[in-house]
Amino acid sequence: MPSSDLSDFSGACANPPLLALRNICKTFPGVRALRNVELTAYAGEVHALMGENGAGKSTLMKILSGAYTADPGGECHIDGQRVEIDGPQSARDLGVAVIYQELSLAPNLSVAENIYLGRALQRRGLVARGEMARACEPTLTRLGADFSPVACVSSLSIAQRQLVEIARAVHFEARILVMDEPTTPLSTHETDRLFALIRQLRGEGMAILYISHRMAEIDELADRVTVLRDGCFVGTLDRDHLSQAALVKMMVGRDLSGFYTKTHGQSRQGEVMLSVRDVADGRRVKGCSFDLRAGEVLGLAGLVGAGRTELARLVFGADVRTRGEVRIASPAGLVTLPPGGPRQAIDAGIAYLTEDRKLQGLFLDQSVQENINLIVAARDALGLGRLNRPAARRRTTEAIDTLGIRVAHAQVNVGALSGGNQQKVMLSRLLEIQPRVLILDEPTRGVDIGAKSEIYRLINALAESGVAILMISSELPEVVGLCDRVLVMREGALAGEVRPASSAAETQERIIALATGAAQPAADWTGTPLAAPGNAAAGNATSSMLH
Amino acid sequence: MHESITRPVPSTGPAAPSASLGRITTQERLRALGMLPVLVLLCIGFTVLTENFAGWQNLSIIAQQASINMVLAAGMTFVILTGGIDLSVGSILSISAVVAMLASLSPQLGMLSVPAALLCGLLFGIVNGALVAFMKLPPFIVTLGTLTAVRGLARLVGNDSTIYNPDIGFAFIGNAEVLGVPWLVIIAFAVVALSWFVLRRTVLGLQIYAVGGNAEAARLSGIKVWVVLLFVYAVSGLLSGLGGVMSASRLYAANGLQLGQSYELDAIAAVILGGTSFVGGTGSIVGTLVGALIIAVLSNGLVLLGVSDIWQYIIKGLVIIGAVALDRYRRKGSART
Repeated sequence: MPSSDLSDFSGACANPPLLALRNICKTFPGVRALRNVELTAYAGEVHALMGENGAGKSTLMKILSGAYTADPGGECHIDGQRVEIDGPQSARDLGVAVIYQELSLAPNLSVAENIYLGRALQRRGLVARGEMARACEPTLTRLGADFSPVACVSSLSIAQRQLVEIARAVHFEARILVMDEPTTPLSTHETDRLFALIRQLRGEGMAILYISHRMAEIDELADRVTVLRDGCFVGTLDRDHLSQAALVKMMVGRDLSGFYTKTHGQSRQGEVMLSVRDVADGRRVKGCSFDLRAGEVLGLAGLVGAGRTELARLVFGADVRTRGEVRIASPAGLVTLPPGGPRQAIDAGIAYLTEDRKLQGLFLDQSVQENINLIVAARDALGLGRLNRPAARRRTTEAIDTLGIRVAHAQVNVGALSGGNQQKVMLSRLLEIQPRVLILDEPTRGVDIGAKSEIYRLINALAESGVAILMISSELPEVVGLCDRVLVMREGALAGEVRPASSAAETQERIIALATGAAQPAADWTGTPLAAPGNAAAGNATSSMLH
Repeated sequence: MHESITRPVPSTGPAAPSASLGRITTQERLRALGMLPVLVLLCIGFTVLTENFAGWQNLSIIAQQASINMVLAAGMTFVILTGGIDLSVGSILSISAVVAMLASLSPQLGMLSVPAALLCGLLFGIVNGALVAFMKLPPFIVTLGTLTAVRGLARLVGNDSTIYNPDIGFAFIGNAEVLGVPWLVIIAFAVVALSWFVLRRTVLGLQIYAVGGNAEAARLSGIKVWVVLLFVYAVSGLLSGLGGVMSASRLYAANGLQLGQSYELDAIAAVILGGTSFVGGTGSIVGTLVGALIIAVLSNGLVLLGVSDIWQYIIKGLVIIGAVALDRYRRKGSART
């Protein structure tokens, strides 16, 4: 059983805790988000915070950062002293810095201006830009930044922007750093650098609170892990007692062994549903070809920036193809998808789940019912273009039931739902048109463990029923566990294909090796399954990667 | 220990609906009432403060005064729902009225006065729509340009004079009644009803809200965004043309320079007062109706109270600001403006 007993903790805990939260409660109208939560963090440790979406992690961090105020009765002690955090300013003054998932930077300002955001240096009432830039230099150098303090933030990559946020915290000598899912937008290489930086900061005596859904990271980085569930504190595990099974059990309350499993049968795979030949966009994607069969789950793996989403968007028609063709199965055999936009693909039976549901998928101010029925409403329509409202209501009720969407009623605004439920609403919308080909781009990003397993179950069921599925995912256990085979992309082209090996670990390693270019594809990998006439150029492009 | 996987997980933001499963709460219903309480309060206030406000004749006057603005505001609702704006409605109303009057003066075209004006409005609406949908120009700039250019065209077509015709075929629109209800009101009501039907009961209406809510998501869901944008600006133009007909028939005259000046501001005020968001995606035609009535009731009530013209402007402006501030405060949890 998890314990908060720290007698065998190897960190610097002879001292009193740097941060101690006790009896933290937070109530919103109608909802008790946090109930008597406690958290203790020491200087010089990485303390992970885990829990499903809706467990209260973000709420707790927002109380710590001053964005929310806890209900009366809670206590916060920093360095053994009782303190009141009554706003973001007081949190900052107490040495708390929070790096949110969405990053709170102003992209139109420079690095130095962002670091000094809200605390700009002034000389006689005028902003002292030069002085701010000079003052930031040492901090940036210390953190290993490869950009200058006067660079405009909009020109930086996500990893660099994160570094700016960390620099802001370090520059003003924050002692408690909270990071909310920092590795979500990062490549493997960038993640490694971030971890190295975190270890450096830990060595310098910072307490780092690290929120993550990724087990592998927790394994690698955390000294101790606190788990929240439904707003309550479940327990804290230290490294020695850490195991994935124990954590999952604490988070969900039931045993989820066999979490990533593929239950759809290989033998059910049928005809080729989608045939992609030499598709390119002249910039990021350089001539990719593959086949997708009915009942198959085809994974598309690769580092961030390899071009997976770009390829999916080209196949779907969201972006313009400069070259290549996409063919879809029809009663008359494989027919070419007419050029045009998403409309053509949807009419042909291809559905695409976008990578970023908030920006590109959901209508946050519309209800669950309106979101689910958006595409199928046109097909259900009565004469004169009238909406078929009984049909819409029926579909919504069924979808809520089938996918287990947790919502008070169908008119709730989608913006109020948790990440997992939002993703289920998106999936419902796509499934209503009964697609034959389903392209999933990061289907479980920002989704809690419970909803994740339900989505996996859904993917398996869809494959079982004959849908052809292309799944892009950056979470390797997911890719390896669910997919029949995995295509790996690197720098805009397909670098190879991996079939499941004897162990999941080995398959993952082969994928990473192909994705990073550390390995070449197997000698018998032919790239395109069939060399169609006129695609000789593409064939050469892929075969040049083979040797 | 409970089965957290089967129990509904409440959302954790301050805007979360209450936990009563399956029913819409009183709080949500109150929010849906929007500006109606403000309108009711104003009516009560004026009834108490003056003796003529609540009479049938005065209410009829209010309805008539609101009708032209209501027709313009209906078109404006369509446009603002997509996240755009149409500043040219006043100018389009003006040129349509001039066209209607000119046609009425010509013996051959007399019958076509009304269709000509509507067509005129529709054409300019399509121009706006094409510039926004195909050239992807910002609606504010596009309609600011057409506001000015069309005003110039109106003066040109009318020879910069007042076109006067005491004997127009469509005079009934602005002056006659059916069963005690003025034609102006009937037309405005019909426009509201038709707009409500399109926005709330058709697939096109769903697509309009979608484009306003998240244009990229709408595109990726297979919606032809250019069709939607072209449609809403065309509707706005068409309804401005209708407004021109209504206006011309009341005045028996049309002047390209003076008619319709600043009409767009009242139309926009009605839409925003009615709760439609400036960035698109949320709002309703019923809200616009309430907004237009608030403006008309306010103007009428202040006149009955003997308040001078100058103070009417000031008070009207303050009420608009106050009403919108109140609405934002009530919807505090929402992220949209």
